Amino acid sequence: MWGFLYVLPWLLGFIFFFLTPLLTSLRYSLSKVESSAEGLSVQFTGLKNYVEALTVNTSFNRVLTESIVNMVVNVPLIVIFSLFLAVLLNQKFFGRSVARSIFFLPVILASGVIMTLESTSLIQAINDQNSGARVINALGSFELERLMLQAGVSEWIVNYLTGAVDRIYQIVSQSGVQLLIFLAGIQTISPALYEASKIEGATGYEAFWKITFPMVSPLILVNIIYTIIDSFSRNALTDLIRETGFVRFNFGLSSAMAWIYFLSIAFILAIVSYVVSKRVFYQD
Amino acid sequence: MQAIRILSLESWKRWLWIFVRFVLIVGLSFVVLYPIFQKIATAIKAKSDLYSPIVVWVPQNYTLDNFRQVISVMDYWQTLLNTFTLAGTTTILTTISCALAGYGFARLKFRGSNLLFAGVILTILVPPTTILIPLYLNLKDFTLLGLIPLLTGKPVNLLNSYWPFLLTSLTATSLKAGLYIFIFRQFFRGIPKEVEEAAYVDGAGVGTTFLRIMLPNAIPSIVTVMLFSFVWQWNDSFYTTTYLTSSKVMATQLSSLPHNLSILLSGGDTSTADPFYLSMVQDTGILMAILPLIIIYLFVQRYFVESIERTGLVG
Repeated sequence: MWGFLYVLPWLLGFIFFFLTPLLTSLRYSLSKVESSAEGLSVQFTGLKNYVEALTVNTSFNRVLTESIVNMVVNVPLIVIFSLFLAVLLNQKFFGRSVARSIFFLPVILASGVIMTLESTSLIQAINDQNSGARVINALGSFELERLMLQAGVSEWIVNYLTGAVDRIYQIVSQSGVQLLIFLAGIQTISPALYEASKIEGATGYEAFWKITFPMVSPLILVNIIYTIIDSFSRNALTDLIRETGFVRFNFGLSSAMAWIYFLSIAFILAIVSYVVSKRVFYQD
Repeated sequence: MQAIRILSLESWKRWLWIFVRFVLIVGLSFVVLYPIFQKIATAIKAKSDLYSPIVVWVPQNYTLDNFRQVISVMDYWQTLLNTFTLAGTTTILTTISCALAGYGFARLKFRGSNLLFAGVILTILVPPTTILIPLYLNLKDFTLLGLIPLLTGKPVNLLNSYWPFLLTSLTATSLKAGLYIFIFRQFFRGIPKEVEEAAYVDGAGVGTTFLRIMLPNAIPSIVTVMLFSFVWQWNDSFYTTTYLTSSKVMATQLSSLPHNLSILLSGGDTSTADPFYLSMVQDTGILMAILPLIIIYLFVQRYFVESIERTGLVG
């Protein structure tokens, strides 16, 4: 009884600000919504909007695939990178707290409007040209790429890795929260485990794969899910949906697009969490 | 002889690792700090320096003119106050309602609590774009299930005011509130039941237990949630552009900065504005928008790592 009372504020908000709009959105996506002087007229048309979004609209399919591919490419990089960085930042060295604060800075700076403004910043582009930085960067990854190709590494891997290096800024700016979670998780591993392994003669490398990695694996799942949700909350597709809704006033189509988007996210999340949680090591 | 060789190999490996680590950390820190430095360098440049190709980092003519432009066009002090109040109020209200909900889900079991918690997870999963349009239309003619027209005769338009923010934070449905409820629930689950039982044995009611015992223990979670909520609300442009069309908060002012500036400079004609100069002022604007956050961050940053560790989200 008391529990219900405590949850009541949330429940009210959930019903008014979430569930009702969600169901209305579903209704809109299945109908043709016209706005007139008196209000909205909603005529049921079935799955026509969905069909239109998938087949008629010129950009929806492309943008959707781009967003999903982007996510699939970035998520492993972000999670691996933040795990690596957390292990790095856990060791004692001079200037450790400064380094930690620096790496968490992107969480504060690189969200929302600032990110979009930065990417279109003319000044940045011109500065890069002027200082020749871009040329040097490009040279850098070209050389590495050629080296790896000549050494016989498969082309697909080479492209992936050099793409990752080129996108390093994007990856770093999206790993702030994951870094924190991993760092906190690594700090809860009891040092006795490491001492025991050292006595047995394990190297640092082995200690990582046999101790740190399994203990941290529930957090790997948490971080993967968080990164997927984070990368889905704002990208080219959400802008497209907003534009269809507010600029072209085609509410029905926009709602259909949003629902297709939501269903694809749910699908991907379900698959990923199922596959990953099979391999997570729980301490019971 | 043997001992000396082993010794040098070990210490050589150690020094190599220290060196590699140093290079990595410095390199990555540079990647993170590079945009900030660039903005600072751009902000103090004079207009004449903009086109000179020899000036990249350190300008020849220092000027505070850009700052003055930004302050006047963006109405900086007013915007700062608005954004601060908005972020602060929503943070406090969201923390309270999420703590209540988190405690309810964690400790006070009732029928259907699992189902409702699945609803919380749903709020985290659904992208806000899906419910954006019905939410907008709902707020335009807000009727609270028919109550308000009963009282005043016609539905009320809640847009372009701070009401949507107040209502959503009071009811724990604001930006990423589901995540905060999750954090609180995890934390409260981690507190041993004996603590609660001791309080009940001593005769405290549920409310007193919550206020006097649970909350003081939950300080790490509260700090985490408040930090995240404040920062995300400050930078949020999604909900602010939907709910507030004319009010002045950082995010909206920032995105309309170049437009406003060019109107101001060329007296209404936006096509003759110099895009390079506009970009420079916009960069200054971005710097000024995030400067308060950085200052607050410097004071508060050590709480971030400590607090996540103790929320029970990990370990």
